[in-house]
Amino acid sequence: MNTLIGIVAIVLIFVIVFQLAKTSELMGILKGDKEGDTSESTNNTHGFLMMFLMITGLIAVFLGWWLVEDKLLQGNRNFTPASKHGDSINSMFWITSIICGIAFVITQALLFWFSYKYRARKGNKAQHFSHDNKLEIVWTVIPAIVLTVLVARGIETWYEITADAPADARIVEVTAQQFNWTVRYPGSDSLLGKREFELISGENSLGIDWNDAKSHDDLMPTEIVLEKNKPVLFKLGAKDVLHSFYLTHFMIKMDCVPGIPTQFWMTPTHSTQEMRDLRGNQEFDYELACAELCGRAHYNMRFIVKVLETEEYNAWLAEQKPFYDAIKATLNPAPAATPAEGTAPTEATDSTTVTPAVENGSVDTEVESKKNVISSL
Amino acid sequence: MAELHNPAIEVGHDTHGHGHDHHHGHDDHGHHELNFIEKYIFSQDHKVIGKQFLFLGMAWAIVGGLFSIFFRLQLAWPEESFPILEWFLGSWAEGGKLSAEFYYALVTMHGTILVFFVLTAGLSGTFSNFLIPLQVGARDMASPFMNMLSFWMFVLSSCVMLFSLFIQTGPASGGWTAYPPLSALPQASLGSGLGMDLWLISIALFIVSVALGGLNYVTTVINMRTKGMDFFRMPLTVWAFFFTAIIGLLSFPVLFGAAILLEFDRLLGTSFFLSDIYVAGEALQHSGGSPILFQHLFWFLGHPEVYIIILPAMGIVSEVMSVHSRKPIFGYKAMVFSILGITILSFIVWAHHMFMSGLNPFVASIFVLFTLLIAVPSAIKVFNWITTLWRGSIRLNPAMLFAIGFVSLFISGGLTGIYLGNSTLDIQLHDTYYVVAHFHIVMGLAAFYGMFAGIYHWFPKMFGRYMNSSMGYVHFYVTLVGSYAIFWPMHYLGMSGVPRRYYDFSVFDQFNQYADLNKFITIAAIIVFAVNILFVFNFFYSIFKGRKVTVLNPYGATTLEWTTPIHPGHGNWVGEIPAVHRWPYDYSINGRDFIPQTEALGAGEVDDHDHGSDLPNVGSAIPGKH
Repeated sequence: MNTLIGIVAIVLIFVIVFQLAKTSELMGILKGDKEGDTSESTNNTHGFLMMFLMITGLIAVFLGWWLVEDKLLQGNRNFTPASKHGDSINSMFWITSIICGIAFVITQALLFWFSYKYRARKGNKAQHFSHDNKLEIVWTVIPAIVLTVLVARGIETWYEITADAPADARIVEVTAQQFNWTVRYPGSDSLLGKREFELISGENSLGIDWNDAKSHDDLMPTEIVLEKNKPVLFKLGAKDVLHSFYLTHFMIKMDCVPGIPTQFWMTPTHSTQEMRDLRGNQEFDYELACAELCGRAHYNMRFIVKVLETEEYNAWLAEQKPFYDAIKATLNPAPAATPAEGTAPTEATDSTTVTPAVENGSVDTEVESKKNVISSL
Repeated sequence: MAELHNPAIEVGHDTHGHGHDHHHGHDDHGHHELNFIEKYIFSQDHKVIGKQFLFLGMAWAIVGGLFSIFFRLQLAWPEESFPILEWFLGSWAEGGKLSAEFYYALVTMHGTILVFFVLTAGLSGTFSNFLIPLQVGARDMASPFMNMLSFWMFVLSSCVMLFSLFIQTGPASGGWTAYPPLSALPQASLGSGLGMDLWLISIALFIVSVALGGLNYVTTVINMRTKGMDFFRMPLTVWAFFFTAIIGLLSFPVLFGAAILLEFDRLLGTSFFLSDIYVAGEALQHSGGSPILFQHLFWFLGHPEVYIIILPAMGIVSEVMSVHSRKPIFGYKAMVFSILGITILSFIVWAHHMFMSGLNPFVASIFVLFTLLIAVPSAIKVFNWITTLWRGSIRLNPAMLFAIGFVSLFISGGLTGIYLGNSTLDIQLHDTYYVVAHFHIVMGLAAFYGMFAGIYHWFPKMFGRYMNSSMGYVHFYVTLVGSYAIFWPMHYLGMSGVPRRYYDFSVFDQFNQYADLNKFITIAAIIVFAVNILFVFNFFYSIFKGRKVTVLNPYGATTLEWTTPIHPGHGNWVGEIPAVHRWPYDYSINGRDFIPQTEALGAGEVDDHDHGSDLPNVGSAIPGKH
């Protein structure tokens, strides 16, 4: 119903505008408006309107910013990035904003002011002014210098951010897939076990090679937990399509690419609790999002990231059990590297491993055949 | 210069003088009476082909615009249902609620349609075709037949794309950039099924159309200029179309290659872009390919593509501004060299779309340098446009207003490019609404404004009538205010980290703070869409009922198109093609309002484009010198 009313209203406005427009054209012809030309009164009207638009527009730009400032991250004078490198990004943002802001106001103001001031009317004659080499050199050189400064500073910061991670950085491996994330921490050896995408299965979602003893102490928690002020290196990957590892409060974004490992390191500077206090919102959590279109539920890949103080972090870490411990009983045949731990469960696991695999397989083939039917349409 | 020996271009018998053309298109050629199909459908007349591009481009603009309204409804009112959506989209919006799958299909189609069909074919296709021969003084394109093929390849491409909207699995839904593996794996997304095949076929056909058109534009500009039409006597429109065509010819084939390779990966099991993939419970055999390689190939076209879109608009704006300010364009040669600079730089900045793709950080820093460098010629152009207005005598008609609006948007969107081209800032802003705001303003809207300026300005030449200017003013003001209302707040969304291509923001606390702003944006979008329907109405109404053109050169313009009859037949000029004696910007000079290009230089008079020789040679690559 509302839609209908809306459409009727629009049509009505159309008809009115059209009738008025037709009449004003006829009036113009009767008044003797020269074709291809605009009358002085028309130029006056639109000159004033342009001036009005410029002034209200510039006010709206700054007023709008002021109104939403509290919600912003960048462009918010009270924003505290949650990572060390976030501060450098943020100051780069402010420098760029000041330079661009000045250029914006000056050029927009001149553009609209000239449109108003030099509108065609009596006593205003156009002046043949085709070039001025000095002027043109000046306004080539000034932007060139300003941009050189921005480039130099930008690249310097960029190299700092993308430099190799410090040797003591903790490693967190994050693997993206439609439509969630899998996290793996190396255990006490600080090394992650080998992975192979061909080994991926229902039970082994990362395709970890259990024959590699390094994998036996790896942790696979259901959330990302970081230690405050301790550098962390994210090793990123994807199983199916492109995803992007996006931590907005830490100012991190890096694509996760199937077949090509990527990485990003940072040092978190505020624990979750500190950020909650700072933002005055006890519900606040750091959120991991996907920033590269990855399919139907791309928008729905939220994952919580926690930053803890050192003691809390150590306590959390102590609670984590290697993933291998939980599943090794189900592995058959048992990898050579593991000592045999009794033979009793083997029979039982046989059925548990085989059945889901078959189920999986049949589901997949069904999906597959459906897709085939669809694509052969 | 070049006389064509095409029977359709016999002009000797065109007896129309100005003023007594009763009927649009009523121009009879003595020898060979063209039937309706030859004249209006499979026409080889560049003017008709230009209009055909315009009509088809407008049809696509309505479709693409409507799609954006559909997905904006979802973003503004994620909880509501809209029966009208179900009426349009059927099972894709069951119960009036857009499905996520189809939301992404709409986003993808909106991007593809607007970038390729509207702003490439509809803008460059229309005005390059219509204006190049008229402004350089040629009877038609170098190859009218190939020109006709170019349009019909576009039609074919359009048909394939249109067809893909109606198949069961829906059109492509992996974004207009079609990044694999998503676009390569039917298991990963419905839209990556048949819809993606059709998308690739359509784009391949479209590239053939661009290549046929581009070859013609370049050849015509180089070979078919009339007597006296030196390169530096060409209007900036022609310069812009010329460089646009060159960019298109050099970059579109790369996308063609990428599309073919992607299709190979899809159909033949090759691994150009795929490796180590486990999807839908199965490890695929693809090995050794790189998804990032596709991004390189895509953006090697993708970035020059934005200049393919914006350069024609820049050319049109330069011309319109000069004519209606009654002043020469300021720094003509600086304008030409800055177009050249942009053309060259456009080929070495593509990886700034890929800072966060896993690209080597050192390589990224090189692209930062080149990307920000491109701001210099862009800044020169802006300053020159503003100075063109200075001490002018400006006619504020709709064409001129849109030209001014273009500059305003180009400034706004250009400055945000300085943020995004800086890899440091791009870490945070990449793939957020900041990017959406940036490119919509700088190439989407700005190019549209250039197109509107061109349509209002050359409508009298196209159809022998004027568009209704009151409706034009309404169109301008609502569009200007509306487009800032839509896209300016998106910067704020981006500065809050809100990612683009999100079907629903409510999942994230950080991104879910802008419910009201999203409603505001959608309402503004609906209003702007409505007022552009008014524009389309005005356009067609004026073709039949607009005020008639009764003088040859209503704007007092210097360029050659205004020396043709009010309804130029195929061949453009009755009798000989006029020769050119001066540059196209002799406005307000020697006590006269304007001096047409066809007027011989007076005794002791020097053509203005030679004036600059007080500095070294014009060959200097520094844009500021001339």
